[in-house]
Amino acid sequence: MPSLGADMEAGTLLEWRVQPGDTVHRGDIVAVVDTEKSTIEVEVFEDGVVEALLVEPGTEAPVGAPLARIAAVAPAAPAAAARPTRAVAAGRKRAARPRKAKAKPAARPGTAEPAPTVAPVAAHLRASPLARRRAAERGIDLAAVAGSGPGGAVVAADLDRATVVPAPAAPEAAVPGPPGRREDRQAAMRRAIGALMARSAREIPHYHLATTIDMATALAWLAETNEQRSVSERLLPGALLLKATALAAREVPALNGFWDGSYRPSPAVHLGVAVSLRGGGLIAPAIHDADRLTLDELMAALRDLVGRARAGRLRSSEMSDPTLTVTNLGDQGVDEVHGVIYPPQVALVGFGRVAERPWACGGMLGVRPTVRATLAADHRATDGMIGARLLNAIDRLLQHPEDL
Amino acid sequence: MNAAETRTLLARLLHGIAPEVDLDGLDPAAPLQEEAELDSMDFLNLVSALYDETGIEVPERDYPQVASVDGFVAYVAAASGSRR
Repeated sequence: MPSLGADMEAGTLLEWRVQPGDTVHRGDIVAVVDTEKSTIEVEVFEDGVVEALLVEPGTEAPVGAPLARIAAVAPAAPAAAARPTRAVAAGRKRAARPRKAKAKPAARPGTAEPAPTVAPVAAHLRASPLARRRAAERGIDLAAVAGSGPGGAVVAADLDRATVVPAPAAPEAAVPGPPGRREDRQAAMRRAIGALMARSAREIPHYHLATTIDMATALAWLAETNEQRSVSERLLPGALLLKATALAAREVPALNGFWDGSYRPSPAVHLGVAVSLRGGGLIAPAIHDADRLTLDELMAALRDLVGRARAGRLRSSEMSDPTLTVTNLGDQGVDEVHGVIYPPQVALVGFGRVAERPWACGGMLGVRPTVRATLAADHRATDGMIGARLLNAIDRLLQHPEDL
Repeated sequence: MNAAETRTLLARLLHGIAPEVDLDGLDPAAPLQEEAELDSMDFLNLVSALYDETGIEVPERDYPQVASVDGFVAYVAAASGSRR
């Protein structure tokens, strides 16, 4: 069971996407796991052949427990017949990079029985986490339910229609099931966020910096660019802010990495993006190599990520390896955010809303669109001087949007 | 498209973005993004879905005109009328 974020202690295996005997390649999605926060697609971290599935769908397993046994692809040399087998994504708890985690040898031979049935239809079934939970409770076969959610996904309300005698004029806004369950999920998520943030507040000596950035040039460029584009290709200001932050993180590697007793910079920039979920809660999956994506690619990645975060379809690598997180509360109308760092990261960049404000420039007072950018950083890893460098870099980069 | 048809369309598009939002419960004159708790990504997805369904493209400079339920309905009804 991979660690899908520092706040996760256990997960429930929902379904297998592979069978014993299947050949898998690094990055393939092999299983779907439900956590307190979301439904996550688990990717495999190396090439090999699935030998055995060790955990049945519906079972909860602690972080680090082997889920399956995968044999490394046998080399040509006959002497090496007994290549070590490795369990899927047995991430070290709290470790941010399951990729590095070496597997524990898989358990007793008796447990190596493959899961007897993984209905093929279940493999591509789309359903919200809440719907899955309710369906399991009520013994409803999700495959038999017509989904009304995005992409035909089964949402909780569909189950009500499936179980209750369908009234032809049933209102869409049917009360979504027993209220207690929804609150359970909410409560679980609040607990998970609370535990992680409490750890952050307890362990990380935060320092906070803020700066105001003139957005006139960036927004003018954006308006002009979007004017020539069809609606599906338009960029949001948030994409510019993310790209500038990603490039700045590359410039200031002291803020892009992990703290586990000492600071370990990350060679790649995997930008965590805080996504608020409908109905409450928060999740901060990563856009991988955000500094190397073009603005268009970054915008597409952001759109995809936000959509999947809200639909409960994130991938394990997105959950486990952000190197620096960005929270953008501009749409919520606040001027600035004083962030709390996600351990084991060492910094968090926050943006408030872009709004017209008085702005002094060249001895004149004018009105310009500006944004408050803030940094929360870990004093164990850096001092304010380094932090200031990051915010200044973001500012500088945003003044040349055409180069982003 | 008349106003009633446009409203039904809006309800369907909103359902795909914010399934828990009940269009009838929204103040039709108030800012749609606040009423339905849509962020800028949701709003872009709404405008995008409108284009996919109807071919009506709302340029960014017209966003203020579609910023409420009433405004959206009026804009789309007018745009679909002028296309005929």
